Amino acid sequence: MPNDAKLKLLSGSAEIVGVAESDEIGKVPHKSPLAHHAEAAINALDDAGLSLGDVDGLLTAGWSTLDVAEYLGVEPRFTDSTSVGGSSFVIHIAHAVAAIAAGYCEVAVITNGQAGRSDRAPIPRNAGAPMAQYENPYGIIGPPISYAMAASNYMHRYGEDRARQAFAEIAVSTRKWANLNPRAYFYDRPLTFDEYHESRWVAWPFHLVDCCLVTDAGAAVVITTPERARDARKGGVAVLGVAEGHDHSMVSQMNDLTSAFGTKTGPQAMGMAGVTHSDIDLAMIYDSFTYTVLVSLENLGFCGAGEGPELVADQRTAPGGAFPVNTSGGGLSYTHPGMYGIFTIIEAVRQLRGETGDRQLDRCEIALAHGTGGLLSSTGTAVLARAQS
Amino acid sequence: MTDGVHQYGSQEADAYWSAVGEGRLILQRCNDCDVYQFYPRVFCLECGTKGVGWVPASGDATLHAFSIVHQAPSRDFVGDVPYVAAIVELAEGPRIPTRLAGVGPDPSEIEIGMALRLTFTEINGRPLPVFRRA
Repeated sequence: MPNDAKLKLLSGSAEIVGVAESDEIGKVPHKSPLAHHAEAAINALDDAGLSLGDVDGLLTAGWSTLDVAEYLGVEPRFTDSTSVGGSSFVIHIAHAVAAIAAGYCEVAVITNGQAGRSDRAPIPRNAGAPMAQYENPYGIIGPPISYAMAASNYMHRYGEDRARQAFAEIAVSTRKWANLNPRAYFYDRPLTFDEYHESRWVAWPFHLVDCCLVTDAGAAVVITTPERARDARKGGVAVLGVAEGHDHSMVSQMNDLTSAFGTKTGPQAMGMAGVTHSDIDLAMIYDSFTYTVLVSLENLGFCGAGEGPELVADQRTAPGGAFPVNTSGGGLSYTHPGMYGIFTIIEAVRQLRGETGDRQLDRCEIALAHGTGGLLSSTGTAVLARAQS
Repeated sequence: MTDGVHQYGSQEADAYWSAVGEGRLILQRCNDCDVYQFYPRVFCLECGTKGVGWVPASGDATLHAFSIVHQAPSRDFVGDVPYVAAIVELAEGPRIPTRLAGVGPDPSEIEIGMALRLTFTEINGRPLPVFRRA
């Protein structure tokens, strides 16, 4: 079991000093995934006032750090290719914190780069994996169907109409945030409740607009010691708490379809940070699907099981609402290249720094970023705050 | 066929799919603690012993979750949509991925918790265990 006393000693021991996307995100057919990695890394290092020559730790998912490090021309002394779905990059924060505290590296860069929309290569699948053996022959392939089945179980337990309304509230409020983010894929496209309900079915109970985007994008996060952070261009954002874990791979083997691993990583990260739910000004919740937000908020304890529909009712999570969620426009309406978790960190850091323009929250002292990966399989939760300088 | 069935080569997967090919659904049961499990493994998840044997499944199940798939997830399934993907809970305890047969692609015809019965249907030219309303 995690040692809470030891983890508490690591609270605030590393700071995020740089965050960035790649130069172009959305439909970018002329750029490779590695180009997105590199642009994002260079941009995030520039955001920190650092350069590739400073990097001694490299963390990525989807690609091996062998390929990314060679492309970047860096020789990491701490290397981590942990790839457990879109949550991986939040989990990398935990690994970077541990590596920096232990002395394995001083300036760690977490990168992601995917041409999710434009890549011509099919997604490789391990033919020997149980998923290929037992689920795929039925046409149970990919996230929409698995998450849709989980959502059906939620609807049965807690009420189909309540859940449907919650999905609509989340889709519409997330779009409102995207309409305030010039980098969002749907910046110019509002979404009404009527349009939500009229959206075509992908996999019932999911309409198309219940599902995240598939874009081309890269992103990077730079994390270092508080000492190095003092020289950073924009100061540091402290990692107060961070936790990781997973409990299944195939959704058919998930014990409770309404309870993902956030039930464990949420309390662990918040305990390490020494904060409670009422301290959190911004929740960045990986929105692979509308249901992912609903169930994650419940699992993290922002409300009880089955109470999510009230938590997100009446556009409470939208601009001007009492409980802001996914202020970038999220995976649903901003960008989602396949694995989105790193973007929850980026928006949280920008909100904490007060640099998000029209969508800037009046108050943002503490933010929570929560990634979900695989098929509700893995989660990483991070609690971030402006560092005391 | 782009899935990996019969390319795995492990004895427990081969045993499972060989039985399916003969129109039988079989399950692993622990020789020590009698707990059933899916998917097949070389040991018992419950007690950790390597002694697991095979028994025929009763074929009774209840519906745990489903999705009506309108957008085919790969080229292999374009001709099948809409179809009902499902997770069912076998009377023996384990849950397995499958499809529902004999129901329309309409959520009002399908109720989680409803009793189901094993049948077989061909998907992409292969007989697979699926479930219909009992």
